[in-house]
Amino acid sequence: MNRLQSTSDFQTWQAAMAASWDETRPCLRVCDGTGCRALGSQKVLENLRAELARTNQDTPIEVVGTGCPGFCECGPLVTVYPQRISYQKVKPEDVSAIVQKTLIGGEVIQELLYTDPQTGKHIHLEPELPFYQKQKRFVLDFNGRIDPTRIEDYVALGGYTSLVKALTKLTPEQVVAEVKTSGLRGRGGAGFQAGVKWELCRKNVQKTGIGYIICNADEGDPGAFMDRSVVEGNPHLLLEGMIIGAYAIGIEQGFVYIRAEYPLAVENLRIAIRQAEEAGLLGTNILGSGFDFNLGIRLGAGAFVCGEETALMASIEGRIGEPRPRPPYPAESGLWGKPTNINNVETWANVPMIIAMSGLEYAKIGTEKSKGTKIFSVVGKINNTGLVEVPMGITLREIIYDIGGGIPNGKSFKAAQLGGPSGGCVPAEHLDVPIDYESLNALGAIMGSGGMVVTDEDTCMVDFARYFMTFIQEESCGKCVPCRVGTKAMVATLERICAGEGLPGDVDYLLEMGEHVRNNSLCGLGQTAPNSVLSSIRYFRSEYDAHIFDKTCPAKVCKGLISYSIDPEICNGCMVCLRNCTSNAISGARREVHTINPRLCTRCGVCMNVCKFDAVVVA
Amino acid sequence: MQVLSVTEINEIINQVARGEGSLIAALEEIQERYGYLPPEALILASERLGVPLSQAYAVATFYNAFSLKPKGKHCLNVCMGTACHVRGSPQVLDRLETKLGIKTGETTRDRLFTLETVNCLGACALGPIVVTDGEYSGQMTPQKTDQLLRNIIRAEADR
Repeated sequence: MNRLQSTSDFQTWQAAMAASWDETRPCLRVCDGTGCRALGSQKVLENLRAELARTNQDTPIEVVGTGCPGFCECGPLVTVYPQRISYQKVKPEDVSAIVQKTLIGGEVIQELLYTDPQTGKHIHLEPELPFYQKQKRFVLDFNGRIDPTRIEDYVALGGYTSLVKALTKLTPEQVVAEVKTSGLRGRGGAGFQAGVKWELCRKNVQKTGIGYIICNADEGDPGAFMDRSVVEGNPHLLLEGMIIGAYAIGIEQGFVYIRAEYPLAVENLRIAIRQAEEAGLLGTNILGSGFDFNLGIRLGAGAFVCGEETALMASIEGRIGEPRPRPPYPAESGLWGKPTNINNVETWANVPMIIAMSGLEYAKIGTEKSKGTKIFSVVGKINNTGLVEVPMGITLREIIYDIGGGIPNGKSFKAAQLGGPSGGCVPAEHLDVPIDYESLNALGAIMGSGGMVVTDEDTCMVDFARYFMTFIQEESCGKCVPCRVGTKAMVATLERICAGEGLPGDVDYLLEMGEHVRNNSLCGLGQTAPNSVLSSIRYFRSEYDAHIFDKTCPAKVCKGLISYSIDPEICNGCMVCLRNCTSNAISGARREVHTINPRLCTRCGVCMNVCKFDAVVVA
Repeated sequence: MQVLSVTEINEIINQVARGEGSLIAALEEIQERYGYLPPEALILASERLGVPLSQAYAVATFYNAFSLKPKGKHCLNVCMGTACHVRGSPQVLDRLETKLGIKTGETTRDRLFTLETVNCLGACALGPIVVTDGEYSGQMTPQKTDQLLRNIIRAEADR
């Protein structure tokens, strides 16, 4: 396309795109995000295109690969427009039925609909799915509707109009003021006021004449993929937010630091940057306003600590990702010693909305101190794994039961771990806690970046804490002693407890060491490192005691404390477990009761999984 | 495995040097091309980009994405993210270690398999996940892992 020279050029283009956008036309929208791709959505897309080409319709029917709408549990997702019939778990071989029956015959295929587990009813239309009912989708609004590789789609739905509004109607100071008024807080974890940070950085940039903005897309918390889905499904939203930010703070160069583990997000972001440059929305003299801004991509090379802002900047500078003490804060001395403003993906992605609706209107969403919406990735022992965007102040119970559909297999909820390795857990007795920064902090959890891992009665909280602590210990950069040595000591203690060799006093030691690591570490990674252990002790100390004093693992997870055996009353000697045992621990002839040799058994649990008669018991 | 070519390594580094000029970006490209960082590449990158070799080595050993050892023909990558963990990825990893007779991070002696773990792929609805040469297999169990290995070994035997 031709480079847009002015805001009126943009408006002409935008009007044309909006006029050509029509969601009442027949169209098939297929989620083509990482989750659905892993489930085979690419083959579904390919088959759909081939099938449509074969049937040769009078009016051509469009097939669009979209970003992730969030309902990953039921992927691959196909939505039939204009009715918005929602088909789930679509297999490549279902494609011809979708075309022949639904598109041509106008008939709904019952088997591909979502079935409400409570009522057993089929749900036909996407907006009626219980998963979406309590959500408030601002940031994720276009995911599932637009093709993320087409800037035209984004513009058709009103994209980049906030940028135009900022450039034409607002001074940079006014943009900063709007963001301050909105009360937007950083979505990366700490929850610092974005507008305040911008203002600080702006002042410093005015002194030095040069500065940078960075988008932290190094989403390292395991079990969290909100940022990936935004970058993948709607990259221009992030770009627009950053361009507005650059205009407000007075910046000419920005970077997106993104994990290499997200190849599709990187690809879509590259495409988006190129398109924005070609359209004149990035680069020199943006829309003829005289404002210049360039954006580069830097790939993370797999280091969790690079999510910490000073480590991230060291990494962009080409060095190892070691944090440094703050102050000076990045707003004063950041990338290459220049004032730098870092926000994460979701924070930047909220900016266009704030400018569009005004800071005052935005501030009406959410609670007194936590404004707007928050995206959570709800994973683990939950029926509807996926991404949910909810207004601040919603309760945990609503997210887990109303949206998430509760716990699978009739098990009971134990706790939700929020904020990844740096966060803490919220147990069942606090299910009605409103989701906002302060309430979660009071419970020893954090908002974090939005990872929410649900655990059930089969999850051992000691093992869970050991998992997070091991993660942190491996990812500790090793620069400061409390984090390097302290996390190692905590892991060793937790491993002993899980192995059945826990000693009286271990829990007190963990509490003391945790306190020490928290108070004395250099950066956020170390200061939050013990959180998962401390919060699991706070709520599940009895599980620790069971491991240490009774030498039992109540959830039957920790290998050192469990043993497998075969119930002779039930075993019919079918030999399936025997054949599947890799350590040759099971003996017995055909049609005779099998036995497990505890000395050879590695407690992998395979025999229990393969036994069709539930004869294998764990104690 | 790719045959090393100094000319090609130089080309990769030159291309990066003309662009963003970052050591990490150059090493990422080389890692992508060869599956590991040959010593020659570290030396060439440090000379061309004007950084001490010690810094190139520091970077190469700090980040998980880089490997100084060549990898096997097939890379098995087990996701150890939280969602995969609570859904049973340790059992899947155990099974692979037992079946292949190697530990995480190692390569089998016949150079057919390298076993690795990744912290999270963000495809949590499918957990536990094993990625084989870039292809995702979801909802893995120890038994499905056996099948996965059998398929690769059979395909190799047919070649």
